[in-house]
Amino acid sequence: MGYTLNFSAVWRSFDLLLEGLALSLALACAAILIGCAIGLVTAFCLMSKSGAYRRPARAYVTIIRNTPILVLILFTYFALPQLGLTLSKIESFVLTLAIYSGAYLAEVFRAGLLSVPIGLREAGLAIGLREMQIRSAIILPLMVRNVLPSLGSTFISLFKDTSLAAAIAIPELTFEARKINVETFRVIETWIVASLLYVATCSVLAALVRVAERRLSIPR
Amino acid sequence: MDIPAFLDQLFAARMSILKGMGMTVSISFLAICIGTALGVGVGLGLTYGAKPLRWIVRAYTDFIRGTPVLVLILASYYVLGAIGVDLGPFEAGVLALAVFCSSHVGEIVRGALQSIPLGQTEAAKAIGLTFPQTFAYVLGPQALRQILPAWVNTAAEMVKASTLLSIIGVAELLLRTQELISRTFLSLEFYFFAGFLYFVVNYGIERFGRYVERKTSIPT
Repeated sequence: MGYTLNFSAVWRSFDLLLEGLALSLALACAAILIGCAIGLVTAFCLMSKSGAYRRPARAYVTIIRNTPILVLILFTYFALPQLGLTLSKIESFVLTLAIYSGAYLAEVFRAGLLSVPIGLREAGLAIGLREMQIRSAIILPLMVRNVLPSLGSTFISLFKDTSLAAAIAIPELTFEARKINVETFRVIETWIVASLLYVATCSVLAALVRVAERRLSIPR
Repeated sequence: MDIPAFLDQLFAARMSILKGMGMTVSISFLAICIGTALGVGVGLGLTYGAKPLRWIVRAYTDFIRGTPVLVLILASYYVLGAIGVDLGPFEAGVLALAVFCSSHVGEIVRGALQSIPLGQTEAAKAIGLTFPQTFAYVLGPQALRQILPAWVNTAAEMVKASTLLSIIGVAELLLRTQELISRTFLSLEFYFFAGFLYFVVNYGIERFGRYVERKTSIPT
């Protein structure tokens, strides 16, 4: 084989990888915050009795879920300027990721909303709460507990999807790893370290989700 | 937007787009076939493997699932070359997608097998079936009902993930589209068109998944 593992070149640029990782996490956090807002509104629209809300929401979810995320990213960054909407790399990436995650979160939230027993809504009506009060005081808090596991796994896969930001040259983890790879030719070491960073971050995130689930679970 | 110019260019580039489409289909098809074969092995290993084997398979799936697909593809492309396995971008990309697919299929198979109540296995033992018989007549058919719809979803995921091979220079649909755009500067139109083609393929797969789900569900 004639290849000796030598990690020193990678350690020298380890700061770059960590900065990339921080940017990846920041992108994922920004995207999921906006995505949650989009997803929640879409979920309520999906469950609406009126087709005027339900049909556009269903179309949005179906279109986004059946289009590759890379095409969406390239479309927002390269094609939207033609329509007069010029965004910076980071803005356009976060926007795309938020719209993308919104479609998945809409289904997550819809399942969560369906899991709240109808009797609670009726009880709310019976004590004279308004529709918005029922939603914010009864349904949402219960739904959050139900959706936490799926929300967590959506966030983790979103974090992995930030690697696609490398395609439009945003300096996140994959982009930095590729740069180190090309500059130092320590191919194996670079990709071992980069993928371990991803795996480690994903397991930390999964552990955090489990802690949150325990903290929020209703005491019995 | 200049529709006639776009249609002209589209007609001129029809062969290129068709070739790209063919490439996308063959990448996805190969990745799904190899990935499924591997994945069934992974799933069986996770469920029935002896302790050390199960740990190894668990580590494999956790590692693959914690790493972004793009990192898998880049790693497979660069690392295999560095250790002297000379694969072209097509082979390296298909390999990475197949590995990614295998970890997903593995989890699907494990989930389906473990969801079958233990009583079924005990009943099979009680009437004297050997393990291969139990698997063929009792566990397999029940697991298949759960596996098939999820497996069709994975197939759609693979078609979407095949776009990432454009980053290592495989001339599939997205890369062909990018080439066209750099020649014609019609980024809005061509990205939209590519997105539409992917949507059609994936929507077809999704509908097929629904059909399979209906067909395999136990009639009530």
